[in-house]
Amino acid sequence: MTLLAIAWKSMRQRSLSSLLTALSVALGVMLMVAVLVINGIVSDTFRQKGTGFNLIISSPGSDLATVLSCVYRIGLPGEPLPWRFYEEDILKNPAIESAIPMTMGDATQAGGFPIVGTTAEFFGMEYEPGKHFRVKGQDPRKLLTGPFDAIIGDRVARENGWDLGSEFSLIHGGMDDHVHDEKFKVVGILAMTGTANDKTVFVNLDGFFSMSGHDKPATEALKRLRDFGYEVTPQQEQTLLKAAAELAHHGEEEAAGDHAGHEHHGHFHSLPNDLKEVSFILVRTKRPAQAIMLTAEINEGVRAMAVNPIRPMARFLDNFVGSIRTVLLFLTALIVVVAGVGIFVSIYNSMADRRREIAIMRALGAQRVTVMLIILGESLLLCLSGGLLGFTLGHGLVFVAAPFIESRAGILVNPFKFELLEIALLPMLLVMAILAGVLPGLAAYRTDVASSLSD
Amino acid sequence: MSLSIRNLRKSYIEPTGRRLPILNVESFEIASAEQVVLVGSSGGGKTTLLNVIAGITSADSGSVTIDGVDVTSLPEAGRDRFRAQRIGYVFQTFHLLPAFTALENVLLGMSFSGRKADRHRAAELLKRVGLGQRLDHRPTALSVGEQQRVAVARSLANSPSLLLADEPTANVDTANQDHILELIRGACTEHGVSLLMVTHSRDVASRFDRIENLSDFNRPEVAA
Ligand SMILES: Nc1ncnc2c1ncn2[C@@H]1O[C@H](COP(=O)(O)OP(=O)(O)OP(=O)(O)O)[C@@H](O)[C@H]1O
Ligand SMILES: [Mg+2]
Repeated sequence: MTLLAIAWKSMRQRSLSSLLTALSVALGVMLMVAVLVINGIVSDTFRQKGTGFNLIISSPGSDLATVLSCVYRIGLPGEPLPWRFYEEDILKNPAIESAIPMTMGDATQAGGFPIVGTTAEFFGMEYEPGKHFRVKGQDPRKLLTGPFDAIIGDRVARENGWDLGSEFSLIHGGMDDHVHDEKFKVVGILAMTGTANDKTVFVNLDGFFSMSGHDKPATEALKRLRDFGYEVTPQQEQTLLKAAAELAHHGEEEAAGDHAGHEHHGHFHSLPNDLKEVSFILVRTKRPAQAIMLTAEINEGVRAMAVNPIRPMARFLDNFVGSIRTVLLFLTALIVVVAGVGIFVSIYNSMADRRREIAIMRALGAQRVTVMLIILGESLLLCLSGGLLGFTLGHGLVFVAAPFIESRAGILVNPFKFELLEIALLPMLLVMAILAGVLPGLAAYRTDVASSLSD
Repeated sequence: MSLSIRNLRKSYIEPTGRRLPILNVESFEIASAEQVVLVGSSGGGKTTLLNVIAGITSADSGSVTIDGVDVTSLPEAGRDRFRAQRIGYVFQTFHLLPAFTALENVLLGMSFSGRKADRHRAAELLKRVGLGQRLDHRPTALSVGEQQRVAVARSLANSPSLLLADEPTANVDTANQDHILELIRGACTEHGVSLLMVTHSRDVASRFDRIENLSDFNRPEVAA
């Protein structure tokens, strides 16, 4: 029999206390693994290394909320920006190489995936440094042409079972039960990117604007334009009010059930620019340094805000998530240490009863070191079997929790995610096993054979 | 000569600090394959003598030579290994390990000798002592006589050259006593093992050719 086998068999004598101590180790390790893996998933999700744009322009507010909404597609965007701001202030700025409008707020009726209204230009950008969008070998920029065309992310396709030609409806942002009449049609499916784009449905911006409810009431639009400091001539005002009235009329016709003969997603009413709004403008400056100047320039005014697409999240992760992780790891490590103390106490308490057992082994020819190793082996078995169980349970926990995290937090969770740091648990458990076993082991080492035999 | 003892002294220190001399053996020898029975009054030091020979208890002075090896001069680890490999010992109180089955107790005897623990041989030994059906019983599930036979099987596990047996036939009825005695003596004869066996039974002692009374060669009261 090997020493470990001897330790194992000797442990059977105290199976209940052994089981409980191993379980306490398992519990601690399970929590550590869960914290590590879930934290790893969160970091992976939110630590996108870069985007094809170097500034997000949104209405003033929280930079983190802007990044979450714009880059990670979590949460609703803030107050939108008038189209004129996009055309006149941003597009015309000489520092800008490209500026892509983006609207958000709606979701698909099936699966609740976020809708992004944008232009085909969006797919010309890299989604991460050096990585281009791909649509099964085609160029996505040529796809988003029709007003009710949609390009969907890989995960959307898989989860909703959509394919090219699938049609779907949108739910109006913030209102759970308002389903838009217009139907969009899938014209492209993005190859997996490993970013939030996978769970996004991109629709043609014009089609998005044409949906009833996406046009700003004319009076509000006018007020907002003036707030932004734009001049609106009386003539422009008249045209706008007239266009709005016409749109409202169309809307009533549709509401009256005049659907007969219409192709379902056929009616497209172009919206006057002054009734359009965008949630974000994705900007790439000609030179990186210009981003700093542009940011200062925009943030100087009160109308809009320019945000770096990466930094607020990195800062948040480092300051907040990082500290929480440290605290959680510390607490769970403490549980493991307490479990280690439990192992020590359990073995140490058993030593009194085992003096005879040890003396007998010695009398049979076992050396001092041998009996010490047997005790250490017991500690090792308890720690490692507990650790293995905890490892399994921890990953089981993540596996079971994955769908809940996904639906609650909108984070894509790989249930088989493994964190490299988990490997560090092994030496940690080994050290703990040695620490817990060394004192009882020494007691075994010092056992006097002759006197312990006669006990 | 299989066992040879010279000028062996052993005394215990009492809790009061007084020395309590137990053994003072000038010379004692057992030839190869010889079977010797040791008798003597209770508390006379028979178990102590066996423990010193086995190296479980260290002597104060003198030498114990087994198969030409002076075990008293070996370092402790060397004595442990020598005991594991060359000496079989049936303890007065069996000393079976309660956590281990009969088979595992025999295997344990093999494990410490550095040789591979041979399940087949262990099972064979237990069959020889009539416990073929009791391999997986723990000691608590065995009768006293059966426990004694497990102890005998274990003592033979490493094919020792010297077998020490401390009252192996106490606590059992006459039928079992005869059976155990036959087992031990048969195994020793078969493999040419020297035997030193302690007994309180006149009947058992009378079957041996050489009977030694400890008090005849042990004079602890004689000062060094
Ligand atoms: N560890 C010890 N410390 C102190 N005294 C001891 C110790 N072991 C034995 N003795 C004493 O040494 C003496 C001899 O004991 P031992 O067990 O060798 O006798 P024995 O001849 O085997 O007796 P029995 O026939 O009853 O088994 C006894 O008086 C005993 O009290
Ligand atoms: Mg005795």
